[in-house]
Amino acid sequence: MIDLERVSYGYGGAMLFSQLSLNLAAGSFHFLTGPSGAGKTTLLRLCYADLKAKTGRVSLFGKDAAGLDRDHVALARRRIGVVHQDCQFLDHLSIAENIVLPLTVVGRGDEVGKNLPELLKWVGLSKQAEQKPPELSGGERQRAALARAVILSPDVILADEPTGNVDWEMSQRLMKLLVELNRMGKTVLIATHDLAMIRAMKADVSARVSRLKDGQLVQAGADL
Amino acid sequence: MNGLTDLIVGDPQADRAVPPAGLSARLTVFVAAVMAFLAIITLAISLTTGRVAAVWADELAQSATLRLPADPENADALLAAALTVLQTTPGVERARALSPDEQRALLAPWFGPDLPLDQLPVPQLIEVVAGGEGYDAEGLQARLTAEVPGAVLDNHTSWRAPLVGAATRIRLVGWSVTLLIAAAVAAMITLAAQASLAANVQVIRVLRLVGARDVYIARAFVRRYTLRALLGAAIGTALGAIVVVLMPQGDARDSVFLGVGFAGLEWLWVVVIPLLSGLVAFAATRKAAFAKLREMT
Repeated sequence: MIDLERVSYGYGGAMLFSQLSLNLAAGSFHFLTGPSGAGKTTLLRLCYADLKAKTGRVSLFGKDAAGLDRDHVALARRRIGVVHQDCQFLDHLSIAENIVLPLTVVGRGDEVGKNLPELLKWVGLSKQAEQKPPELSGGERQRAALARAVILSPDVILADEPTGNVDWEMSQRLMKLLVELNRMGKTVLIATHDLAMIRAMKADVSARVSRLKDGQLVQAGADL
Repeated sequence: MNGLTDLIVGDPQADRAVPPAGLSARLTVFVAAVMAFLAIITLAISLTTGRVAAVWADELAQSATLRLPADPENADALLAAALTVLQTTPGVERARALSPDEQRALLAPWFGPDLPLDQLPVPQLIEVVAGGEGYDAEGLQARLTAEVPGAVLDNHTSWRAPLVGAATRIRLVGWSVTLLIAAAVAAMITLAAQASLAANVQVIRVLRLVGARDVYIARAFVRRYTLRALLGAAIGTALGAIVVVLMPQGDARDSVFLGVGFAGLEWLWVVVIPLLSGLVAFAATRKAAFAKLREMT
């Protein structure tokens, strides 16, 4: 699905990481962990071509991301659902309108009536559909972001600190939704610094845990 | 073409993705209205001036003046000979000697009224009116030189040329002003669209995040500014047309300030100006939007 081969990236001349490789195979489940500032968000942005690698190769669905024009990047992103820590909503639209935004963008607005009620029920936001994003709690916003990320039924879900602003109970609820998606065949990559949550989820899902530290990506073992 | 079709059909959901911007929207409508108003007034004055000048030029082109030498002793013989030449010249429809009263009226601005023409050696003037495709002025002058020595044919070229030149320049100035107005509309719309795009960077980021192509994002801005320019220009044009209709009317041949307005098909400008404004806004916003989206990559 998404393949990073010996990828390097940095800001202002300083390399954040180099020679980093990561393969997100179809149906796999990944946790990406590491301290704040290690480059987890940057790595995720490389995975959906929001950034271009300084060196190395990023492949999106078999195509070199460096060779994709803006239109093809847009088409690739329709196969990748992204959940940001800050959710990235349009605050002047209702939650329902934000969730169906990907459908309207791809010209499938007529499917809204079919998909939206079911999706709102799945994330438990049926009653909040007409509210504006600032009116929702952190956990509700994260669930809405997840609903928006999956409405196009993408092949890959990338989540950046999805439980960063929610309590333990809500984080468990969100993680269960992501595990559920993985069981439906979706590839899932979650960037998080919350090791306790990763430990808690290991019983529910066969996940590969990678740790980003000092510019290197290492497979985490039993020491997690 | 697809862009225009999308513009007309529209996509309310795409339009809603970009939040409404109150002040910039009102300013765009206002400036488009003012520009369209100025364009209509400029065009009306320019077209009227050109039309009146063309009428003057046509009238002058059709007539000439033959001046006979001031020779009181042979005046009748010279006049008869000249009229014979003129009446037998192909292309001369009419030739008429000006009466003493008419000649006196012509000289009145310089010599005052009651000029005793019979006591002065004033040349006799003959009005020559061309017909059909006109006459051969050089050939006629040659015949007159041979048969009426001293006769001078003035076909008004020296008068007509500056008049035609002035009319051409006035038309040129009118069109130049109209083009400048169109350029000003384009510049204003571009600035407004750029400001709107810059203010909506987060919206663009989110739309890209969910897989929107540039054309989808641009369309929301392009449609918005095109419709605003169209609305503003329609208002400005309507107001301009009302002012043109209310202008003092009269025979424009007497004064260009009487009868300023449109004639016949020229009234189509009232429809064309708003459409042109919309097209200018469409092109300007589209260019600005794609440039900004490229810059944001």
